[in-house]
Amino acid sequence: MRTWLWTPNTFRGEATRPLRFISILLFLLVWEGAALLANIPQLFPTPVAVIIALGQLFIAPGPPGLQWAGELMGNTLISLWRVIVGFALAAATGVFLGIIIGWWRNARDLLEPVIELLRPIPPLAWIPLAMLWFGLGFKPAVFLIWLGSFFPILLNTVLGMEGTPHKLIEVAKTLGAGPWQILFKVGLPSATPSIMAGLRIGIGIGWMCLVAAELTGSNSGLGYMIMYYYSTMEASKTVAGMLMIGIVGFLMFIGLKKLEDRILFWKTS
Amino acid sequence: MSEKKLILDCVSKTFVEKKGGKSTIALRDFTLEIDEGEFVCLVGPSGCGKTTLLKLVAGLEQVSSGAIYIDGNLITGPGSERGLVFQDFALFPWRDVRDNVAFGPEVLKVPLAERMRIAEHCIDLVGLAGSIHKYPSELSGGMKQRVAIARALANNPQLLLMDEPFGSLDAQTRHLMQKELLSIWNIDRKAVIFVTHSVEEAVYLGERVVVMSSSPGSVKNIYPIDLGYPRRLTDAAFIALRERITADIAEEVG
Repeated sequence: MRTWLWTPNTFRGEATRPLRFISILLFLLVWEGAALLANIPQLFPTPVAVIIALGQLFIAPGPPGLQWAGELMGNTLISLWRVIVGFALAAATGVFLGIIIGWWRNARDLLEPVIELLRPIPPLAWIPLAMLWFGLGFKPAVFLIWLGSFFPILLNTVLGMEGTPHKLIEVAKTLGAGPWQILFKVGLPSATPSIMAGLRIGIGIGWMCLVAAELTGSNSGLGYMIMYYYSTMEASKTVAGMLMIGIVGFLMFIGLKKLEDRILFWKTS
Repeated sequence: MSEKKLILDCVSKTFVEKKGGKSTIALRDFTLEIDEGEFVCLVGPSGCGKTTLLKLVAGLEQVSSGAIYIDGNLITGPGSERGLVFQDFALFPWRDVRDNVAFGPEVLKVPLAERMRIAEHCIDLVGLAGSIHKYPSELSGGMKQRVAIARALANNPQLLLMDEPFGSLDAQTRHLMQKELLSIWNIDRKAVIFVTHSVEEAVYLGERVVVMSSSPGSVKNIYPIDLGYPRRLTDAAFIALRERITADIAEEVG
């Protein structure tokens, strides 16, 4: 099926409406026309030039250690690996702390003020410190992804845990459940929809943080690649890299959405 | 004391608001004894503390004064020998019918095969054998309430506490559920405390109907219903009792 690609966000269930395809076609046409009129290909590439650039990047040798993968896929793999590690760390720490804060009042009083203090600092403001602490490359990128993903995951987990319906807790008590059973058999499953939403938001923010981190604090990855072609004035390759960043982000979002639908099948019917 | 299933001895419950410390007396000196296997209905005006009373018996709230004994033992917290059924079902939406019903045996560490057998037996009792793998979101109100009853039965409680369990069902479903509840009760005669707004329902179901007075809640009158089962809503004796009790409650509200 082709339609599944479109099911998330605003395209939900509307894939067959022809205007939606015309919309994209029109966008490409306007872009092509505008770029031709402007006639400065090194700054404002046409869609066709971008596709050619994609092809060139695909064939070009990849970054050190990943030559076989090609420049485009090699850098994509590097970025993906960073985001997977950073996101996994954020999911583990965010869900764990979220359960504790959302479930026990004292834990909340102890931890929430610190979190409220750190949360308003945009993850990107941590880039200089991340570079000081971790240098360039893998580690600072993972740190920034973790930072970006952590808060939405944490906050949504807290929200889910504290939103556990009181009635369900009461009914579990009357059926003989102890405090830990209530936590794991009532609180946690009841919070799952909220936790999944947090993961979905978290991976999106993590991906943005990664690209930003690679723009400055790295010498590989998709963010680095588009910055590199900025410095060589090859805008078509920069846009090709942007396209890849968008596609990967979109696919990650869909993957999580699919996983969410599978785990939360009981919510809709 | 031994043949009494449940003893409520001068039970009072006062709620103190967290802000301002204003206190509300929900129940005052509520005294009632319930026999082994007896079906007792509680009726009274809204806000007379019926639900509070059930929560106290369930052990979800603590008495402010007085004491509640089940089989002679003081109630200090929830216990699986008392099953509670809420009006709004309170099913676990992420569990299918069978796993909802098996929740009690599961947390009591009954082995898997045994608790599946228990769950299937209880689901049979409430007539839901065909829906064993459905999720709550796929069930109608009446079916959800059957699941809630089956779930309460799965722990084999000695006392069933029902808080307006049929209050949100349509009239036909409600009457059907009343009949089925009586037939389930007939099988092994667990004691039942059934809270309801409907005098007709109380007279139809209960061996005794307890009318509560309001603010603070206490026992106003107790009516034995010597009509035998099954009862007919149109019998003269039935109607006479229903009217007497209705008038008794109206006096309390007016």
